[in-house]
Amino acid sequence: MSKALLLGNEAAARGLYEAGCRFASSYPGTPSTEITEEAAKFEEIECEWAPNEKVALEAALGASIAGARSFCGMKHVGLNVAADPLFTASYTGVNAGLVIAVADDPGMHSSQNEQDSRHYARAAKILMLEPADSAECRDFMKLGFLLSEQFDTPVLLRLSTRVSHSRSLVEPEQRVSAEEKPYRKDSGKYVMMPAMAQKRHVLVEQRIEAQRTWANSAGINRAEYHSKKIGVICAGINYQYAKEALRENASYLKLGCVYPLPDALLKEFCAQCGEVFVAEDLDDYIEQHCRALGLRVHGKDRLPLVGELSQSLLRKAILGEALPAKALEVPIPGRPPVLCPGCPHRGLFFALKKRKVFVSGDIGCYTLGALAPLQMMDTCICMGASVSALHGRNKANPQNAKNSVAVIGDSTFMHSGITGLINIAYNKSNSVVVILDNSITGMTGHQQNPTTGLTIKGDPTAAVSLEKVCEAVGISRVTVVDPYDLQATEDALREALAAEKPSVIISRRPCVLLKYVKTKPALVADASACTGCKQCMRIGCPALSFQGNKAAIDAAQCVGCGVCAQLCRFSAIKGGLAQ
Amino acid sequence: MSFQKNIMIVGVGGQGTLLASRILGEVLLSQGYDVKVSEVHGMSQRGGSVVTYVKYGSAVASPIIDKGEADVILAFEQLEAVRWLPYLKLGGKLITNTQRMNPMPVITGVAEYPEDLLALLEGAGVDLLTLDALALAEQAGSVKAVNVVLLGALARQMEFGEEIWQDAVSRTVKPQFAAMNRRAFEMGYRGQSVAAN
Ligand SMILES: Cc1ncc(C[n+]2csc(CCOP(=O)(O)OP(=O)(O)O)c2C)c(N)n1
Repeated sequence: MSKALLLGNEAAARGLYEAGCRFASSYPGTPSTEITEEAAKFEEIECEWAPNEKVALEAALGASIAGARSFCGMKHVGLNVAADPLFTASYTGVNAGLVIAVADDPGMHSSQNEQDSRHYARAAKILMLEPADSAECRDFMKLGFLLSEQFDTPVLLRLSTRVSHSRSLVEPEQRVSAEEKPYRKDSGKYVMMPAMAQKRHVLVEQRIEAQRTWANSAGINRAEYHSKKIGVICAGINYQYAKEALRENASYLKLGCVYPLPDALLKEFCAQCGEVFVAEDLDDYIEQHCRALGLRVHGKDRLPLVGELSQSLLRKAILGEALPAKALEVPIPGRPPVLCPGCPHRGLFFALKKRKVFVSGDIGCYTLGALAPLQMMDTCICMGASVSALHGRNKANPQNAKNSVAVIGDSTFMHSGITGLINIAYNKSNSVVVILDNSITGMTGHQQNPTTGLTIKGDPTAAVSLEKVCEAVGISRVTVVDPYDLQATEDALREALAAEKPSVIISRRPCVLLKYVKTKPALVADASACTGCKQCMRIGCPALSFQGNKAAIDAAQCVGCGVCAQLCRFSAIKGGLAQ
Repeated sequence: MSFQKNIMIVGVGGQGTLLASRILGEVLLSQGYDVKVSEVHGMSQRGGSVVTYVKYGSAVASPIIDKGEADVILAFEQLEAVRWLPYLKLGGKLITNTQRMNPMPVITGVAEYPEDLLALLEGAGVDLLTLDALALAEQAGSVKAVNVVLLGALARQMEFGEEIWQDAVSRTVKPQFAAMNRRAFEMGYRGQSVAAN
């Protein structure tokens, strides 16, 4: 087969196919999402979006124990959610191979924190591989399955934004049909209660020792010697940055396995080279290990702990050089991401703004409601925290319940909002939770979820009824509004906040970017009727602007949602729902 | 001797920079180069400032382009051209769409869209090529084809023949839009409107 230009994530999916993987269960999260989306295109792989990462990993482990090579993918923070099964999966080990991909986001292109997932490998004592380009994404995925079965362990595949979302060349290979591994009952291995787990922990420590020996001779950990004046220890994308910055003016110890680290190789490389640098994003994970071995290396004394590295940072830190660059001496306004024209979240946030409430926020497209001009979010922590933290706020002072709401998307509610809602009902706070149901997982690029009635492959399936779930957990006040209707949305909020019991408002309208959503013709602003009051500008729609002192609507962007028209007291905006 | 060229495509989320970089990547692949393309997914695609890096040569290491490293910057919008200018190599070429799109701080009135950016760029001695890709795309049949018009303008500055590009365009876009996109490409390539055939 001829070479293809594949995203790291596409190549990882190709690796799943070629390795004979039969089951994949994941929860979306940038930059990991495309692995499972691409894997779903192969008929041979049974693929699913799970409601969250914990469920996904447990499903994948179950399939592995049943005998199918299995996969689970997530972003870095997803591993926090899946940490509970992760630590014990280390003890049970596997039957057929199990690979867990975790994609870090140094620089936080699309994340709420910058945690370094390598610590999980060490803490859970699970072997971790780190590819540096698309070809390695495919190769390491396949190797991961072999190592998983050889050492009876789950294997972590650590990706990062630049590896996941860069395209490079991959030569596709054939799929191997992995042999069936029949399940054999073995309670000493799979039933983790104290007596059994105590024995398994001993095996885990022995396994790590065996892996250490393997790591020192594994082909994926290799020294490349050129000039030995400078040596660079690196893994993943930082190998590429270092090569670009230093070419043949340095030697490289490229680590394909970042846990356990190959002690003998590290010592040998440091002995061979003059000045040695550890080039790693985020924490000083490899550097600390080198120091513990008594090796003298540079690392975070020259490089930042914050943000992603780059070839120019390495050039500067190691060679003290910078390339010349030109800039214009003009102030350049920023261009933050925005809610799309016609986004159903906009109307809801505007209604919240009018009521001047405290908003316990969550993660999704609707987090953009925190930015100007809406600025209607007070907190955003992690998926599901909107609901649980609102409960805490209202317990701290019951009066808060009169002017505070939680906002949470449909996918996020399925992920980890339900448990918070159960807590509200059970522990009795008069909290108001708004579920922004746009019928899709929007932020990560339109994945199906348990509320949409479709599977990852687009097949019809059972759809969770948000109304019934809320009622079933003990919320008797559940209302549904259309966020394009500003008055109705505001009324629903006012009534819920006044009620002496917990409420859920389902703000329901599908994302305008969904293919089946029919948009309306663009609205027009009538300059003769416009008084220039700028009321319409308060909703922060990118299709609206002021030209001179009159409102103007960009026909290429406007989808006719009519929200702005409802704000115009002079009927200067025509068309759409307003008519 | 190792050889490498670095091209950046910058614009506003939603303008179709990803498709342009994908077609460019396909062309370079068909010419036998080592190629790396780095894309943005996620948050900034929602109307934010977006950038894609395309690098090719005998052996490409890093997929990203840093300050002072780009041989060519293809900008889909004026303000983005200026924002990313520091990434241009001294003596590199800047190709920019003359289109202006107001970012949210300008829409809400807390910032102003700077005036006369193109003149300032020229004044600063930047090797500049400008075109009104929006108008050309409209003439080609769809404002959505701005990306393909701009790709045409870029192609003109590169060493491969027009047909190689047109083939890649036809392979990448949906069949029902192929003719329109081919027209859009040609307009960008010639820097002027061409009649529909
Ligand atoms: C634990 C965890 N997993 C995944 C993500 C990535 N992520 C951020 S928001 C989101 C889902 C958003 O979907 P939804 O709640 O439906 O809101 P929408 O974007 O559609 O408005 C996901 C998967 C994350 N931030 N944290």
